[in-house]
Amino acid sequence: MIETTMSLFREVPLAAPVAVFKLTADFREDPAPNKVNLGVGAYRTDEGKPWVLPVVKKVEKMIAEDNSLNHEYLPILGLPEFRSSASKIALGEDSPAILEKRVGAVQCLGGTGALKIGAEFLRRWYNGNDNTKTPIYVSAPTWENHNAVFANAGFEDIRPYKYWDAQKRGLDLSGFLGDLESAPEYSIFVLHACAHNPTGTDPSHDEWKQIAEVMKRRSLFAFFDSAYQGFASGNLEKDAWAVRFFVSQGFEILCAQSFSKNFGLYNERVGNLTVVAKDEDNVNRVLSQMEKIVRITWSNPPSQGARLVAITLTTPELFNEWKDNVKTMADRVLLMRAELKARLLSLGTPGTWEHITQQIGMFSFTGLNPKQVEYLVKEKHIYLMASGRINMCGLTTKNIDYVAESIHEAVTRVQ
Amino acid sequence: MSLELVQPVSDLFNQTFEIDSHNLFDCSTLITHSWWSEVQMGPPDPILGVTEAFRRDTNPKKMNLGVGAYRDDQGKPYVLNCVRKAEAQIAAKKMDKEYLPIGGLGDFTKACAQLALGPDNEVLKSGRSVTVQTISGTGSLRVGANFLARFHNAARDVYLPKPSWGNHTPIFRDAGMQLKAYAYYDPKTCGFDFNGALDDISKIPEKSVILLHACAHNPTGVDPRPEQWKEMASVIKKRNLLVFFDMAYQGFASGDIDRDAWAVRHFIEQGHNVVLSQSFAKNMGLYGERVGGFTVVCKDTEEAKRVESQLKILIRPMYSNPPMNGARIASTILATPELYKEWLVEVKSMADRIIKMREMLVSNLKKEGSTHNWQHVTDQIGMFCFTGLKPEQVECLINEYSVYMTKDGRISMAGVTSGNVAYLAHAIHAATK
Repeated sequence: MIETTMSLFREVPLAAPVAVFKLTADFREDPAPNKVNLGVGAYRTDEGKPWVLPVVKKVEKMIAEDNSLNHEYLPILGLPEFRSSASKIALGEDSPAILEKRVGAVQCLGGTGALKIGAEFLRRWYNGNDNTKTPIYVSAPTWENHNAVFANAGFEDIRPYKYWDAQKRGLDLSGFLGDLESAPEYSIFVLHACAHNPTGTDPSHDEWKQIAEVMKRRSLFAFFDSAYQGFASGNLEKDAWAVRFFVSQGFEILCAQSFSKNFGLYNERVGNLTVVAKDEDNVNRVLSQMEKIVRITWSNPPSQGARLVAITLTTPELFNEWKDNVKTMADRVLLMRAELKARLLSLGTPGTWEHITQQIGMFSFTGLNPKQVEYLVKEKHIYLMASGRINMCGLTTKNIDYVAESIHEAVTRVQ
Repeated sequence: MSLELVQPVSDLFNQTFEIDSHNLFDCSTLITHSWWSEVQMGPPDPILGVTEAFRRDTNPKKMNLGVGAYRDDQGKPYVLNCVRKAEAQIAAKKMDKEYLPIGGLGDFTKACAQLALGPDNEVLKSGRSVTVQTISGTGSLRVGANFLARFHNAARDVYLPKPSWGNHTPIFRDAGMQLKAYAYYDPKTCGFDFNGALDDISKIPEKSVILLHACAHNPTGVDPRPEQWKEMASVIKKRNLLVFFDMAYQGFASGDIDRDAWAVRHFIEQGHNVVLSQSFAKNMGLYGERVGGFTVVCKDTEEAKRVESQLKILIRPMYSNPPMNGARIASTILATPELYKEWLVEVKSMADRIIKMREMLVSNLKKEGSTHNWQHVTDQIGMFCFTGLKPEQVECLINEYSVYMTKDGRISMAGVTSGNVAYLAHAIHAATK
C-alpha cells in the first residue's frame, strides 16, 4: 500500500551521462556494419576484440587451482606483496628511495581509486589541515575525471595548466612553465607520468627537467597519474623515467598507478598509490592516515586482481611473459599509428600528421574539430570523442583504410 | 592546527643547484623538510589491535573472538562449495575483463535487489527502484551517505542505534552528515530496549535519516521481534523519517533469507521508500572480493532514473566502476537454481553452527556452575554476542586466558568451535563468578 506523499528525491535532477560511456552506448546501438569505435580507452586486438593477456590466463588458472587460497579480507592497505611489487615497477627495483625505506603504498580500486585516496589525503594533511583552498592544477586538456576526483575530495580551486598547443599539435612548454612560475607556492600539479590522456603528447626528458626545476624552486607538489606504464613505449623503464627522475631530485611525491591497461585487468580494479617521502617515519604516518580514509571509503580492497598482479610481478618467468604481452600491445598501437599516418599522407589529406606518430600511448589528439568529429560519427559511423581524441586500439588492419579515407573526407569537406 | 614549514624549500634551492643529467645527487642531503612532518600517527584500529595482540600471544589455548569473519568448526576460513562451483563455471566461460558499467554488473544488481525484496515485490515489478553494485557493505554505506549528503537537503542528521557498528559514524560524518542516536541496547537485560527506542524515535525531527540494522545487529546481536518492528515502522512513518537499512547478514542471521529480510520488506510494504545497503561478505563468504549493493526505492521509474544518474556521478570519481570477480560469483549463484539451492543450504549451515555454539556456550557455563543469567547469549542472533562482560572482566579474559575480544565485551561467535567452547565457558566463568 503506497502512500502518495511527496518524495524526498523529487528535486534530484537527471545527470548527464558520462560522455565516453555514452559514446560506447551509441556505438553499440548503431546497426551500420562498418562502424568503428575509437572512443573508450581499452586495448583491442587486430580483430577488434578485447584481449585477456596470456600471462593473466595462466595466473588465473594457478589461483583457481590453489586450494590454500580463500576469499578472506585483505588488510585495509591491501595485499602487501602487491603493494611493494607494484611500487617497484614504478620506481625501479633498485630505487634508492626503496632501499632507504621511504616508499609506501596503498592498494586501491584502479587508478581512479588511487587518485581518490591521494586527493582525500592531500586535502586533510597537505599545506595545513583540511586546506580546501590549495590550488589543484590539471593539464589542459586532461582525463575528464580528474576534476571530479579532486572536487569531491573537497578542493575548491581546480585550475588548468597550459599543456596542449592546438596550433602546433604538440606540447605548449612555455605555457606550461609559465603556469608553473605563476602558480601559488605549494599548489598541487597532477602530472601524467607517460602517454598523456587525451593528447598522447609527453614532455621530453629535457622538458621534464625544466618542469622539475621550476616545481622544486617554487615548492609545487607533484602528483603523478601513471595509467600506462609499459603500454606507452613498450618498455617499463622508459615509461617510468619522469617519475623516477622526480624521485631522484628529492621530491616527495604521490603516484597513482593503474594496472587496468598494462595488465588488461580493467574490471578487477587494480591500482596502487605509491608514496615517496623524506624518510620511513613520514611514510608510516602518512600510511596510517591513508588507512583511516580507506576504512571509511571501501574498508579494504578486492583481492583477485591484486593477487594476480603480485604473483606475476614476483615470479621471474611470469614477469618476463608479462613484459612480452605488454610489448605486444604497445607494438600494435605503434604499428597502427604508422599505418594511419602513412595513409593520410598518401591521400594527401590537408594538414600535418606527424603528431600521429610522435604522440605516444593509446590515444591520439587528431586535431579534428567538433564539426569534423560530428561528421565522422553521424555520416561515417566512426565514434570518437568530441575533442578529436581517438583510441588507436580501435584501429585494425581491416578498418584502417576506411578510417583514413573518412578522416580525409571530414577534413576536406567540413571546416 | 596548521602546517608549519621548517624552511621554505625555495630558499634551499634558489641558488644552490642546477639540474643537468650529471647531477643525480644524494637525496638525503636535499630533503631537510618533509611535507608530512605534521601528519599525526593515526590511532590503531581497535579491532585489528585485538587480532595483532592475539597473533603475538603464544598460549596454545588462545582464542580470537575479535574480527567478524566466519570460521568452521576447525576454526578455519570457509570457502562455500557453491562459490567454488560458480568460480569453475565462470572460468569455463572465458570471459573478457572489460570495464563494468559504473553502476556495476546488471545481472548482479538485479539479483541483489531480488534477494532483498523478494522476486515478486511490487517495487521490482514496477521498476521504481535502482540498485548499484558497490564495494561491499562499506562502499554501499559510503555511496549512500554521499548521496544523502548531496540530495537529502531536508535534514543533515542520521540517527544510529546505540550502539552501532563502529564504522557507521566516521562514514556518515565524513560524507557531511551529523550523527545522533536512539536508544537500542539495554545493558540490564542484554536485550532490546524497545520502549526506550520507541520513545527516542518518536522525538526524532521529521525527515531525519534513521539507520536500522535489518537483522543480526552489530555489535549486540539483539534484533527486534516482528511485532516490535511493526510498531517501529508505524512510529517512523508518523515521524516521516527516511529509513536507511543496513543488511550485512541476510541468511546468516536465522539461516533463512526471507526471515532475515522480513523487516526490510515490511517497511516497504508499509509505504516507506527506503534506502538499503547489502553486503555479500558474510553470507557468501566473499569478504575480500568486495561484493555489495546500494538500493534506493523511489516514487516511480522516472525518479529512479534520475537517482541512478546521480549515483553514477558519485561513483565515477571514487573508483570509476566496481570490481567484477565477486559480483560475477554472486550473480552466478543467485541466478543458477542448483547453485542457489546449495547456497541456501550452506548459509543455513553457517547460521546453524553459530546457533549451536551459542547453545553450547550457555550449557557449558551452566556446567561450570555459573549462576548468572546467560539467556541473552542464545536470544541474540548473528555473528556477534554482546556478553555483558565489563571492561575489567574483558581484561581478565585477555590477560589470563588469552581469550581476545573487543573492550565492549563483544565476541564473534564464529571464533567459537566445539573444540574450544568449554575453555571459553571456563574462562568467562572464572572472570565473572
